[in-house]
Order: sequence, then structure tokens, then C-alpha cells
Amino acid sequence: MGDFSSETISHIDRHYIKTLLDNGERIDNRAFDEYRDIEIEIGPVEAKAEGSAIARLGGTSVIAGVKVLTGQPYPDTPDEGVTMVTAELSPIASPMFESGPPREDAIELARVVDRGVRESGTVDTKKLCIEEGKHVYLVFCDLYTLEYDGNLIDAASLAANAALLDTRFPELKLEDDELVETGKMMKVPLENMAIELTASKIGEHIVIDPHIREEMVQDCRLTMAIDEEDNFTALQKGGGVGPISIAKIEEAMDMGLARVKDLRKLVLEATSNKD
Amino acid sequence: MAGIFFQKREVVVPGQLLAEGRYRPSVGTYDREGKIYSALVGLAELRGNTVKVVPLEGVYIPREGDLVIGTIQIVAGNNWKVDIGGPYQASIHANNALRRPYDDDISKYMDCGDTIVAEVSAFDRVTGPFLTMKGRGLRKLDDGMIVRVSPAKIPRIIGRRGSMINMIKDNLNLQTVVGQNGRIWVRAPDVARSRLAVEAFKMIEEQSHTSKLTDRVDAMLKEELAKLESKDEENEDNEETEKDEESEDEIE
Repeated sequence: MGDFSSETISHIDRHYIKTLLDNGERIDNRAFDEYRDIEIEIGPVEAKAEGSAIARLGGTSVIAGVKVLTGQPYPDTPDEGVTMVTAELSPIASPMFESGPPREDAIELARVVDRGVRESGTVDTKKLCIEEGKHVYLVFCDLYTLEYDGNLIDAASLAANAALLDTRFPELKLEDDELVETGKMMKVPLENMAIELTASKIGEHIVIDPHIREEMVQDCRLTMAIDEEDNFTALQKGGGVGPISIAKIEEAMDMGLARVKDLRKLVLEATSNKD
Repeated sequence: MAGIFFQKREVVVPGQLLAEGRYRPSVGTYDREGKIYSALVGLAELRGNTVKVVPLEGVYIPREGDLVIGTIQIVAGNNWKVDIGGPYQASIHANNALRRPYDDDISKYMDCGDTIVAEVSAFDRVTGPFLTMKGRGLRKLDDGMIVRVSPAKIPRIIGRRGSMINMIKDNLNLQTVVGQNGRIWVRAPDVARSRLAVEAFKMIEEQSHTSKLTDRVDAMLKEELAKLESKDEENEDNEETEKDEESEDEIE
């Protein structure tokens, strides 16, 4: 997800990966358009968070926790609630991550996942208003990386979407200038769920769901957010300074379209049992 | 209540009581008030009256004399800094790799990204580890591939007197160098065989605590190789049929 082209990967590994790709193979035997095994578990921190989920994508693992608080809306959107996605690349996930305030790569992960949630209108923030201009719900989705084995973005996107679907919080209303619970439980108003899919460009090859060693030799990656109507609501090129042609972008987009329904189905299946 | 409280090669956990009485604690154990406990997750063993626990997992801690496979990270003056995995970064001086006289710019001999086979010449927890490439078989590696396994499984991958690794090499026609730091260099005649080598190593990693593993890995490799051969024959037959069909067309 970050630019690891300066991390020293040995020439042998670099050459081996490229040779395999030229032969139509990947280091872990997947097809170019195949995802690793995906597992989504909801409610791992039910006691503390209003919603939570862990998404495992091969050896990569990300946990998302959703907290719902109340606060003032932004002045330019007085009748809308606020959603915010943050991310922390914890050192437990990889020797490449340091502890401390989020650096560029952590901020990038948060922003890219946030774009997927925001641009597709996944959360209908108008339904998160309690009293216009004064009180709205603030939905925070915090991502923590647990294991980094490539493609944090997609794992984070799956975890964030599942956690938002898992979220339940008490409905509040204004009574004599104080917020009181109505006794009902609310869900986060979710409309159009966009799933993010990331493809890596290595030489002239496009591979989806890059493994960590593929990320280390990639020229760049393309992350695509695709919504329920198969619209591309957000695109980001990152992970390296190599160029990518329009033809290759279209190849990546075709791969994304072929896979997005399967991924969305997994998120919905994992969260369907909750009432 | 003296005695031994574990079976031969039983998997034990930290804090598990292993022995009491006239026994000596060794690697992977500690003693309190005359009782010996395990300090690790591993296999408990009794040698004479010494109790030890061989770890099932763990990072690589260098030992003098170990053969390791590393990747050059930094060129600094007359030294290379080498990544050998684990919590210690190794370093090798040009005098221990090159014949004098050598150029001032040592990166023309070995540069960042190059992979080497070297030996740990010195290490204590204060300094080092230091490596040397003066010795048989110590060299820069080109081509082939590097497989990463847990360093704790390397002894099992080598086997008693090399029995396991030699069996794999013979079956798959490989050249290998096994590094004590959990890295194995493999050069195979084709991609299919290098994948089978990876399968074999993974199988050993997962089942290292079981017995008769060498036979089972051998059986797995032979089975997979047989499948490869029959696929090759199928492909050859298909090619011949195609050629026959082509020549028939031409005659007509």
C-alpha cells in the first residue's frame, strides 16, 4: 500500500517474481485475477465498540472498530452527521512499521479507505442528524493493522464496511436541551456499499490483490472503489512512481468489475446474522 | 515427589512442570526450588539426566559457525550491512570477502539487493554478528529462488546427517543451500520442481514435531512427480495427434 520500492528486496526475489509472471504464474500459485482466501469475523470487540470486524485476506489482517459519539456538525453541513476513518499501522503487523504518530503511509491508508466509504455515499449522513446545527452523530471508524502480508487497503475496506454494518447504537433525542436515549437501537444508515479492489502493475502484468513481495517489486498500484451499480466512485494510483497506461488501467478496472460482487457478497454474508 | 513429568518429545508450554529431583535444567528450561519448568513452547527431551526444551518457533539468533543466507542492505565504506533476518543486522568487511587488492568502491563487487551465502564468524550480544565469505561454498548467489521458513525448523529440514534434505534434492534434482537463519536457496530444473520443493518445506514446517516425516515427504514428492510425468506424456501425445492431423490435411 505504501511505496516500498526502496525496501531492499533481493535481486533473486525480484527476478524470480518477474520470471514467474512472464510465465503466467504468481509466487503463491494464484491466477492474476484471483483473490487470496478471505475471512470476515464480526463483533470481535463487542464490549467496547459499537461495531467491529476483522478482515483476513490471505496473511493480511486488519481490525476495524466503529465508535458512535455525538457532537457538533461541520458549519457547512449543519444537517449532516460526520464520518471519519483513521488508520494505524501498528508495529505488530510488520517490522517495517514504527510506533508513534501516523506517518504518510498510515494517513494514506485511512484516506483511501475513507474515499471508498465517502464518495459512494455509503453512509447517508443526513440520517445522522439529531438537531440541525447543534447535535449530530459522529461515526468514527478506526482501522488497526494486525498482520501485513500485502494489500492492506482491500482488507481495511472489507473490515470497515463489515464493521459499519455491524454497528448498533442507542438512538438519542433532544429533551429540554439534553440528549436522552429513546430506547431504540439504531444502525448506521448505509446506502450504497463501495468495495475497494487493488491491482498491482509489475512490468506489463496486472495482478489483483498483491502479496507483500509483489508489492515490493511493483511499478505502482491502482485502487478502485466500485459501488453496487458497478460505478467506479474512486480511483487512486499509488504504491510506486512507475507509470501506468490507459490500456492497463482499463485492464485493472475489468478485473475489479469481475471480482467486486464476490467480495461484497462475503461482507453481506458475514453481517447478515445480526438483527 | 521426584521424577520426570513428560513423555518423549511431548509438546510442552511455558511454566509446565517437567521434572523434579536429580535433574539438570538445560536449554529452554528454568528451575525453581528443585523443580524444572519449561520456558518455551517446544518439545521436551531428556538426555541422560539433562532436561531440555527444543523450541517449535523463534527468531534467528546467530551462532558462530552458522551458515546463513543474507541480502545486502547497505554499502558503508569497506563494509556491507547484511540482512539475515532476526533481531540482529550482520556486517561483513571487504577483507573477509574479497582478495586484495580491491577497488575503493566495493559496491562493484557486491551491491544492495545481492544475496550471499556466508558464515557467522563472530557474535556476542554486544557486537556483531560478523560474517565471512572466506570458505568453501561461500559466495554470491545468482538466479534460483529463496524460500523462507522458520529458523526453528531448519534442523528438521536438514534431517539427521542430511537425510531429509538429500532425499528432497535427489527426488527433485535440485541444488540447494540451507541457511541456519531460515532461508533456503533452491535451484531447480523447472518451475514445477521448485514449487514442489516449497511444498516439501511447508510440509516439514507444519509437521516437524511428528515422526516418520522423511518417509511421508518422500511419498508426497514421488506422487506429485508421477502426476507431472503423466501430464507431460499427455501433452506429448496431444502434440503428436495434432501433427498427425496436420499432415493428413496436407495430403488431402
